[in-house]
Amino acid sequence: MDLGEINPVLLVASLMVAATPLLLAAIGELVVEKAGVLNLGVEGMMIVGAISGFAISVETGSPWLGFIAAAIGGAVLSLLFVLLTQFALANQVASGLALTLFGLGFSALMGQSYVGVKPPSMGDIHIPLLSDIPVIGPILFQHDPILYLGIALVAAVWATLRYTRVGLILRAVGENHDAAHALGYKVIKIRILAILFGGACAGLGGAYISLIRVPQWTEGMTAGVGWIALALVVFASWKPWRALLGAYLFGGITVLQLNLQAAGVAIPVEYLAMSPYIITILVLVILSADKSSAPASLGRTFHASH
Amino acid sequence: MKFTSLLAGAAMVLGLATGAVAQDKTKVGFVYVGPVGDGGWTYEHDKGRLAVEKEFGDKVETVFVESVPEGPDAERVMTQMALEGADLIFTTSFGYMDPTINVAKKFPNVKFEHATGYKTAPNVSVYSARFYEGRAVQGHIAGKMTESNIIGYIGSYPIPEVIRGINSAYIHAKKVNPDVEFKIIWAYTWFDPAKEADAATVLIEQGADVILQHTDSTAPQAAAQEAGNVITFGQASDMSEYAPKPRVSSIIDNWAPYYIARTQAVMDGSWETVNTWDGIKEGMVEIGEISDAVPADIKEEALAMTAAMAAGEYHPFTGPIKKQDGSDWLAEGETADDGTLAGMNFYVEGLEGEIPQ
Repeated sequence: MDLGEINPVLLVASLMVAATPLLLAAIGELVVEKAGVLNLGVEGMMIVGAISGFAISVETGSPWLGFIAAAIGGAVLSLLFVLLTQFALANQVASGLALTLFGLGFSALMGQSYVGVKPPSMGDIHIPLLSDIPVIGPILFQHDPILYLGIALVAAVWATLRYTRVGLILRAVGENHDAAHALGYKVIKIRILAILFGGACAGLGGAYISLIRVPQWTEGMTAGVGWIALALVVFASWKPWRALLGAYLFGGITVLQLNLQAAGVAIPVEYLAMSPYIITILVLVILSADKSSAPASLGRTFHASH
Repeated sequence: MKFTSLLAGAAMVLGLATGAVAQDKTKVGFVYVGPVGDGGWTYEHDKGRLAVEKEFGDKVETVFVESVPEGPDAERVMTQMALEGADLIFTTSFGYMDPTINVAKKFPNVKFEHATGYKTAPNVSVYSARFYEGRAVQGHIAGKMTESNIIGYIGSYPIPEVIRGINSAYIHAKKVNPDVEFKIIWAYTWFDPAKEADAATVLIEQGADVILQHTDSTAPQAAAQEAGNVITFGQASDMSEYAPKPRVSSIIDNWAPYYIARTQAVMDGSWETVNTWDGIKEGMVEIGEISDAVPADIKEEALAMTAAMAAGEYHPFTGPIKKQDGSDWLAEGETADDGTLAGMNFYVEGLEGEIPQ
C-alpha cells in the first residue's frame, strides 16, 4: 500500500472528466422534469449522441462539429418522445423505456463502420497565466472546452430557473399544468422545448464519452450512465448545483476507488466498488432533508380539454 | 377470463415450441454478455456463430441475444430461446452458470453449452479455453518491455479464470524481470468502456507502462494510445486496429471449430456432456501477431514459448511455485493439475493485495 502513488492533482483533474457526461445528462433531464415530463430515455439519447458526435467528427475531422451533431442527434431522438407523449399522449414511462431500447439498437446500427476508428482530438484549453498556477492550474484551467460548458450550463440553468420569467413559466408548467394552461401558457410547446433541451444535453454527454473520455466508439458504451443521471436528478431534489455536486461526488469516488485499488489500499474491493453509489446517495439524501419535493405534475399527461 | 386467456397463451406457446421442434432445421441459440460489436469477447463468440451458419447453411438456424445481464434475466432469455425451439444453446459468460443449470433442468431435450464454468448436467456441457497460456506469453513480453517495472492489470470479476490469467502473466513477467510489480484493479464489469478507460488511465497515472486487461472492450487500448508510451495486449480478440502500438500482441479466442463440432454432434444425435478445455495446441487460443514495437529478440522468445506450449512441452504453471502466503504449491518440475487450475482462488508468491472474496 502506498498512498503516495496517488497524485491528488491528477485525481481531481480526472474526476472532473469522469463526472462530465453524467453532469450534462443530469442537467438536461433536470430541466425536462422541472417542466413536468419524465423522460426515461436518457440512456438512449446519450448513446445516439455518442455515435452521432463520433461519426460526424471522424468524417469532418472537427470535434466541434461532432459535439454540435451530438446535441442535434440527441434532440432528434427526443422528438420521437415528444411525438409519443405530447401528441399521441402515450404513457411517459413506457415511451421513455422504448426510447432507450430504440437508441441502443439504432446507435449500434449507425456505428457499425466506426468500430476501431480513432476520433480527432479536441485538445485542452490552456488558459494563459491561470493554467500555470501550481496545483490549481492543472485542476481548474487545463481541461477540454466541453467540461467548462457543462459547468456553465449548470450555472445557466440555475439562474434561468431562479431569476427569469422563462424559468418561472417552466416551473409553473411542471408544478400545475392545468393552472399554467388557464393562465394562457402553451404547456405543450414549453414541454417540447424542455424535452429537446434535455435530448441535446444527453447527446452532448454521450459524445463526451465517445470523443473525450474513452475516446472510441463501442456499442453500448454509455453502459448505464443515463440511468445514473436519472437517479441523480431525483437525489439532487431537482436543484442544479446539487446535481453538479452529486455528479462530481459520483465521478470523484469512482476515480478515487480505482486509484485506491491500484495503490493496493487494504479496503475490500467490494466496498470500494459500491462506494460511489452509496456515498453519493447518502450525501444527497442528507442534503435533501429540507423536503424539497418533485414537480407536482411530473409524469402526468396534459391534455387541454381536461 | 384472465386465467383462461393465460392458459390459452401457454397452450399456444407450447404448440409453437413443439411445432418448431418438428422442423428439420437445427436451431442454435447464443446468449452474449456484451454487444456483438464490443471488439473483444462477444465479438469472437459471434464470429463462431457466423462460422456455424456458414458451415451448415440451410440446415441450421442461429439466434442470439446480446448484452444479457448475468443473473435472473439470463434465465428468462434462455427459457425464451428454449421455448422458441432451440436445440442447442451456448451461454457465453461465467455468470450464466447457475441460470444455465436451472433452465437446463426444465428443458431436458435441449442441449446447453456453458462457457468458462464448471457445473455440468446430462444436457449441459462446459467449454473453455486455456487463456492462461496466452497470458504467459503476454507476461513474458510485458516483463521484458516495461521500463517503470509497473504492470497494470484490469480484472473483471475475481473468478478463477481471471485469477489464473493474473498468476500466469505475473510468473512469466517475474521470471524475466525480478523487479516487476503488478497493480491490479477489479472493474466489477465485463463491459463498461468508460470505466475500463478510467481504470487504464489510473494505472498509467500510477506509473504503469504496460496494461493487461481482462475486460471485453477496446477502451483500455484507446486510453493507452491517448497516454502515449504504453503497451497493451488485445483481449479475446485481436484488436489489431490498435496495432502496432499500443497493442503489441493479443490473445484470440477461436470458438468456431468447437461450435461447428458441437452443432454437428446435435445433428448426428451424438451429443453428450463433455468438459472441454483447449488451448494453443488445439487452436482454441491463438496468439495475435506480435507487432514491430516489440524488439526482435523478445519476439523470438515469445514465439518459442508459444511453440513449446503448442507442442505440449511447456506448461505455464511449472514448479517451483509458491502461493502468496509462502506455502508450497508446485515442487520443482511439477505442473499444475486441471482441477486446481479450474478452481484457482489464490495468488502466487510475489503478488500484492488480496483477492476479493
